[in-house]
Amino acid sequence: MSQTAAAAREPLLRIAKREGTTMPQKIAVRAIAILLALVVDALFIFFVTGLNPLAVYGVMWGGTFANMTRFSWMLRDLSTLLCVGIALAPAFKMRFWNCGGEGQILIGGLTAALIMVYQGNNLPLPLLFAAMALGSIAAGALWGFIPAWFKSRWNTNETLFTLMMNYVATSIVACMTNIMRGQASSLGTLNKATKAGWFPVILGQRYTINIIVVIVLTFVMYAYLRFSKQGYEISVVGESENTARYAGINVRRVTVRTMLISGAICGLCGFLIVAGKDQTISTASANGRGFTAIIVAWLAKFNTFYMALISFLLVFLERGASEIASAYSLNEYAADIITGIILFFILGSEFFINYRVIPRGAHKEGK
Amino acid sequence: MAQNEYAVRLEHVTKTFGPVVANKDVSLGVRRGEILALLGENGSGKTTLMNMIAGIYFPDEGEIYVGDKAVTIRSPRDALDLGIGMIHQHFKLVDVFSATENIALSMGGGEKFDLKKVHDKARAICEKYEFNLDLDQKVYEMSVSQKQTLEIVKVLYRGADILILDEPTAVLTPQETEKLFSVIRNMKADGKAVIIITHKLHEVLSISDRVAILRKGTYVGDIATRDADEAKLTEMMVGEKVELNIDRPEPVDPVKRLDIQHLTVHSAEGITVLDDASFPVYGGEILGIAGISGNGQKELLEAIAGLQPTESGASIEYYAPEASAPVQLIGKSPKAIREAGIHLSFVPEDRLGMGLVGSMGMTDNMMLKSYGKGHSPIVDRKAPHDLAETIKKELGVVTPDLNTPVSRLSGGNVQKVLVGRELAANPIVLMTAYAVRGLDINTSYTIYHLLNEQKKRGVAVIYVGEDLDVLLELCDRIVVLCGGKVNGILDGRKTTKEEVGLRMTNLVKEEQA
Repeated sequence: MSQTAAAAREPLLRIAKREGTTMPQKIAVRAIAILLALVVDALFIFFVTGLNPLAVYGVMWGGTFANMTRFSWMLRDLSTLLCVGIALAPAFKMRFWNCGGEGQILIGGLTAALIMVYQGNNLPLPLLFAAMALGSIAAGALWGFIPAWFKSRWNTNETLFTLMMNYVATSIVACMTNIMRGQASSLGTLNKATKAGWFPVILGQRYTINIIVVIVLTFVMYAYLRFSKQGYEISVVGESENTARYAGINVRRVTVRTMLISGAICGLCGFLIVAGKDQTISTASANGRGFTAIIVAWLAKFNTFYMALISFLLVFLERGASEIASAYSLNEYAADIITGIILFFILGSEFFINYRVIPRGAHKEGK
Repeated sequence: MAQNEYAVRLEHVTKTFGPVVANKDVSLGVRRGEILALLGENGSGKTTLMNMIAGIYFPDEGEIYVGDKAVTIRSPRDALDLGIGMIHQHFKLVDVFSATENIALSMGGGEKFDLKKVHDKARAICEKYEFNLDLDQKVYEMSVSQKQTLEIVKVLYRGADILILDEPTAVLTPQETEKLFSVIRNMKADGKAVIIITHKLHEVLSISDRVAILRKGTYVGDIATRDADEAKLTEMMVGEKVELNIDRPEPVDPVKRLDIQHLTVHSAEGITVLDDASFPVYGGEILGIAGISGNGQKELLEAIAGLQPTESGASIEYYAPEASAPVQLIGKSPKAIREAGIHLSFVPEDRLGMGLVGSMGMTDNMMLKSYGKGHSPIVDRKAPHDLAETIKKELGVVTPDLNTPVSRLSGGNVQKVLVGRELAANPIVLMTAYAVRGLDINTSYTIYHLLNEQKKRGVAVIYVGEDLDVLLELCDRIVVLCGGKVNGILDGRKTTKEEVGLRMTNLVKEEQA
């Protein structure tokens, strides 16, 4: 009697940590997750929108792989997102919650745009690019330095500080737009006639340089975090400030230095957006990437190559969603639900890689 | 059936956490009017086992009986309803409430909230078992021992007649321990069943009627206390014969290494944690620091290590073996101390939060203090790797790989990694804080042995400890801290446990020897 009484009152589900998951198991769990996501999505598509799920999946796939142009757009978006992710990685690895990527990109982009407009016709091309690059890096670094310095001096909360710095940067951009263009809401394409400060077209695209720069950054940041002494210091500070002090690491200096790097790369990203992608600056230039990149950096555990994979996934889904929305003139939210379900399942699968769920009574024969 | 006499009984209980088997097929029980000591090394599964009776964990397999009825205990509330109360190592009290209010918090849902009634009933309990507790005192004004008393009264108030105490004496002075034992005996006389978890053998022998022993999660057996002695219990606990004597060689030619004068430290909240402490430290001896935890031990060591800001007037002078003039350590950062060529090793209390980086492997932890050497911007992992290899071999560190995060290693192995690294730095002064806390007997003796080796090499060893028996057996001199003040420097060979315990709690007026 006691046996059954106990079994009946045992908790319905229990969660236990899983150790030693092998690579094939991990891949299998993720594959199952994607498959399940597609099934759930198919139900949603069929019953809610009334469309043929397979056709919808085809269109989604086509958003990235339909032709070379689509593919290169994907690469452009991927490189921009990845660039911000690379910028945020050292800060977040140090457990410094740099939520100010957005502002650091904008202020860097604005600096590049201003140099482009006011010096575009004076400076020789190499010098112009150098000035734009250095200017945007300095501006981004400054935007990273301010919250880091306050944090290291007075232990201010960096999350709030960096967030507020975003608003400052956005307002400055809006203000500059007004100064330069009066009441116009955007600057329009800069240097339209002379194309001064635009990246040259390589392999048919202006953003080829963007992609090359980001590939280089991917390798450099990987090596920096992994093999350099500074990278080691970042890991120690991120793990425990007490340990860092014990080891004789100057926590203040590392904090400020790392945020200078983080802000500088964000600023550089602003330069790439202006020179290689948009040829203009507006309050929407960063387009939320400063936040999306946080997800990219965390999910990849700061490994820049994994970050590239995750950036690809996010860009692929985003492009797919807009493709579905326009092809079927669907409500944008419906398209977002479809890609959202896929993302949900992929992220959810991480739980099942790390934990297992034991249903009531299963342990008796499970052992 | 004979088993019916048990107040609570476990039958074939198994509990696993992921791949770790915490308890395997354990069956034991405690009778009414009996004090059962549950003995085992750290990690042998004592607390896990008791947590299943107290409703914190649910067993994977097996049955729990209260009286002769099989019961299901899913929460601490279930346990209390069955008359089972557990006193945990970490107290669960509301600081800003008085004792009475804390007791009222644990009332059942059906009772009417009447503080007066609670107060009267609690007073009756206190009088019955001779608890010394002021029911109107706020918890934040209480000493550790008073908080513990309150926890016990709290579960008695709820009508518990089976009490489980998880290492109750770890935080108490010898005098307070005696007081606790006397109320436990009163409860026993009243017919309550008491289980006391501990790994202090002499306490087991003085308080319990019967000892149940766990080893690596399995039940080894039980023995009537009158038939047991320390050697026998240790053997059952460890599974082999262990030499329980700590070596204490005479200090050879002690030379002054550190001279600490007027060291005062204020905490971030402005409280004086270390008050005008002055004493010398000699090479070739082990200097013990005794005191109830939180009486300035941590600040003392951190001040020497350059991690703790001190008040003006303080001086810590370091006498190098060759140099003539002493070096002032106050005002130097850990890095500056290292760069001045001072070999100061420090095994801090918080091993994974200060001494090591938990998420890194052995190799990366080896270079924590030395990674900056040389001018290359790239980290050299070759030397740390070799060092990790050596330490792993010499100290017998059990790790799957040199790159396995050290936080995944057992407590003993974590400490071996830390101590190994600090000893490899060829210290001239070696500071250790609670070096054997949480370690099994064999590892503890390995550590004592290593410290003695350093002492013989002429190293000045500072040993902050909590186990008075060990302090008295290991140390040449013992500095007793009380309320942040140096309350006597005693000769480890001559003093007694009572003397140290008294000085830990009461400031002595007379001039210190």
